[in-house]
Amino acid sequence: MSRRRKVAIWLLVLGALHGIVVCAGFFAPYDPVEQDRKSPYLPPMRLHFVDAQKHLHLRPFVYLFQLRPGTFDQYLEDTAQPRPLKFFVPGDRYRLLGFLPARLHLFGADTERIYLVGTDAFGRDQLSRLLFGGQVSLLAGLLGAGFTLLIGWCIGAAAGYYGGWRDDLLMRVAELFLALPWLYLLFAIRAFLPLAVNPLQAFFLIVTVIAAVGWARPARLVRGVVLSAKERDFVRAARGFGASDLYLLRRHILPETSSVLLTQAAILIPQFVLAEMTLSFLGLGVPEPVPSWGNLLSNLQQYSVLVSYWWMYLPALIMVPFFLGYLGLASALQERAEPYKIQRRSLESLA
Amino acid sequence: MSVCHRILFRSFLIFSALIFHPAFVHSQQNDAKEELLVLPGEISRSGGRLVVSLRGEPKTLNPIIAADARSREVIGVMQADLVHINRATQLTEPALAKSWKVSLDGLTYTLVLRKGLKFSDGETMDAEDVLFSFRVYLDENTHAPQRDLLIVGGKPIAVRKIDAQTVVFQMAKPYGAGERLFDGLAILPRHLLQKPFQEGKLGQIGSLSAAANQWAGLGPFRLKEYVAGQRLVLERNPYYWKSDSKGNSLPYLDELVFLFVPNADAQVLKFQAGETDMISQLGAENFSVLSRQQNGYTVTDVGPGLEYNFLFFNLNDVGEKASAELQRKQKWFRDIKFRQAVSAAADREAIVRLVYQGRGAAIWGLVTPGNKSWGDANLAHPPRSRDRARTLLKEAGFSWATGPNGESTLLDQDGKPVEFSILTSSSNADRAKMAALLQDDLKQLGMRVQVVPLEFRSLLDRVTQTKEYDACIMGIASFDADPNSDINVWLSSGGTHLWNPSQPHPSTPWEAEIDRLIEEQMSARTFEQRKKLYDRAQEILAEYQPMIFLASPDILAGAKDSVGNFHPAVLEPYVLWNVEQLYRKSGPENATR
Repeated sequence: MSRRRKVAIWLLVLGALHGIVVCAGFFAPYDPVEQDRKSPYLPPMRLHFVDAQKHLHLRPFVYLFQLRPGTFDQYLEDTAQPRPLKFFVPGDRYRLLGFLPARLHLFGADTERIYLVGTDAFGRDQLSRLLFGGQVSLLAGLLGAGFTLLIGWCIGAAAGYYGGWRDDLLMRVAELFLALPWLYLLFAIRAFLPLAVNPLQAFFLIVTVIAAVGWARPARLVRGVVLSAKERDFVRAARGFGASDLYLLRRHILPETSSVLLTQAAILIPQFVLAEMTLSFLGLGVPEPVPSWGNLLSNLQQYSVLVSYWWMYLPALIMVPFFLGYLGLASALQERAEPYKIQRRSLESLA
Repeated sequence: MSVCHRILFRSFLIFSALIFHPAFVHSQQNDAKEELLVLPGEISRSGGRLVVSLRGEPKTLNPIIAADARSREVIGVMQADLVHINRATQLTEPALAKSWKVSLDGLTYTLVLRKGLKFSDGETMDAEDVLFSFRVYLDENTHAPQRDLLIVGGKPIAVRKIDAQTVVFQMAKPYGAGERLFDGLAILPRHLLQKPFQEGKLGQIGSLSAAANQWAGLGPFRLKEYVAGQRLVLERNPYYWKSDSKGNSLPYLDELVFLFVPNADAQVLKFQAGETDMISQLGAENFSVLSRQQNGYTVTDVGPGLEYNFLFFNLNDVGEKASAELQRKQKWFRDIKFRQAVSAAADREAIVRLVYQGRGAAIWGLVTPGNKSWGDANLAHPPRSRDRARTLLKEAGFSWATGPNGESTLLDQDGKPVEFSILTSSSNADRAKMAALLQDDLKQLGMRVQVVPLEFRSLLDRVTQTKEYDACIMGIASFDADPNSDINVWLSSGGTHLWNPSQPHPSTPWEAEIDRLIEEQMSARTFEQRKKLYDRAQEILAEYQPMIFLASPDILAGAKDSVGNFHPAVLEPYVLWNVEQLYRKSGPENATR
């Protein structure tokens, strides 16, 4: 497979995955914050094609659950009540891509609510929360990585190109940022902010923090590339012809850093998604009831949830395809950028 | 000698025997046995050790400075009081005092001490120790938390000694709760504390790391070993003053071990793994985990307890220094109809079901169903009604605007959206869940509510010190069924009058009325009089809704099957209240251990 093709395939996979999350309103059957207080911790409903009388149905259906008498979280499948899955049904209002008002959902049922991956403590649909939660987590990762790379790129380029005391200063600051105990600092920052931050503020706080923490490493990488690029013969020649610093940077030097940046992006995005999850897990992320993957996972902090409701682990699993996609893309990009190095390395490892 | 004379002489002999015989026996060595308090219950032999977990390290063993629940729990098994409230019957029982008399006017209590009482270091205890203890509690420089309790009718209780066994307590006003006053007031060892008391160093005594012989009590256990950060080991007090009905001296257990386990889930894991023998204050979800796989242990739902959970708004008179925003919000909070609407919208039944898995009760007042005698039967229990809530809000001048997505927003008189935050303790998952349910209930009314989990100490600091908050969800567990245990919640001058604590003067007429009712019931003589006054106070609270009561959890506890006499109570300390009677059953299971 050609290297270009590999990159394209990974991009396609990631595009599809992100498309689902972006259009969460369509793929999710319900509003992620809507509580169904009759059904806390409902286990996932299984899709059936054959009913209790051994009849085959072409349309998949589910059985509703009934509370086991005398309990509050134990359910029994009620085979007397099959509910066929309906596709493209109107339901809760949502805004597609954040602005298009819509009501159409991929699937749903007529009268009762159906939960394909169960519900949480308040009877909220776990599937809808997973999808909508992805919007927060992935966007935090993408924006965080974007800002990080922007800051890292500017600082790295400045340090590498101008060199001297500026280089020293910027790189020492970068080292300082690498060494700071960020989690504790974040707790301190959070303590200074007003008590109640709304979900949007909390989200941007996370993104800012992630970006502020992350810029040092890409800055050092960019600086390295710039350092070597500015000594190339064609750059010297251009300088000899009287090119300005800005022209040199724009025309000859920064384009050299593009492959480093792309690879870094593919590595940083999943890292930052994970960072968002960690922060939310510790209660520093977007507040309830807005879902994010970290919020969803934080339910697992309770021992009783950990041992009783396996479907609460799903937020940990859902990131696997995303991370695989990003890491696959990162290695494909790296391969494309440095084919010889990769080959040499694999030869070395063979030897 | 005539027959008549003989009979007289005989009767004199019998008479004298009657008079002198008991005294004679008392002066003999089995005198102590005579004065032991005999407890009914399963009989066993002494021996064995019991391990329980404690939420953290107790700060002190000194009852004069103990303010945290962990210290009090440990002190509870190391100290004893004159009169004790039986945690199962919720009634008073003789303890160090074998009997007591109340004068007709209700002002004088005469307590007769048991004979032969000894502290855990072997020193005898008598009326002098009682005098000393009360002098310490009442001393202003000691700052003992017990002091407030001992000021009745504005004057400290006067304590007098009649003889070595008899003490008289004189009050300025009758005390409604009567001898319940003495429960929990530990009698202190004068021989150890007199000197530090005179030097004003009493607060430094009783640290855990001090040698075991520097501290003594009258409780069933005494200090044996303290390992910082890990455990506290207590051993049997050989001088304890109770026995079982066969005459065996109590406690049965040789050792009682407290493991420091700060986290509720970790306590459950330790109990499940068999590292601890008993567990209390279980959450409903952990209870259902434990009851699903009962393996050598049993968990019990003891029934509704005395803990009440509630929402309250910031009704403090914060004055100039408060932010304009808080002042704007307080305009809503001070509106009775607003608070009533919030109460009407709260889905208490869902809280009981989703937070407590049905192991709890919805409440509309501070007296929970676990309290056997003080609940007000006339208190209304209105079901959740969104319509009523909307009507109330409309009457108070609020209106609604419909947003672009069809969601409605509640607007106040000035057309500003109603938005506020609710604080909850981040370490209490139950209350966080209540807040999330309430948030959704209020969203239906168009209120935008944010839930802010906060570490408990900083939450308390905000509520009682800085007063920078909108609303807060909290829970209080009364330590006794008597209304006087919640006195600081009721009185406007009280420190746990949470919506507006420690007021110099009651800021509203209805708070003044509650103050009057509560103070009056404190000195009313009969239960009926007190109940009537207390009912009225409950009704005022329910009408003005400064606290919006939500739910009360059942007391859930568990013990290994090898623990005998395990009878958990709904009062603190839930499983350790009869610690002197707990014993280890000898069975095959124990033999292998």
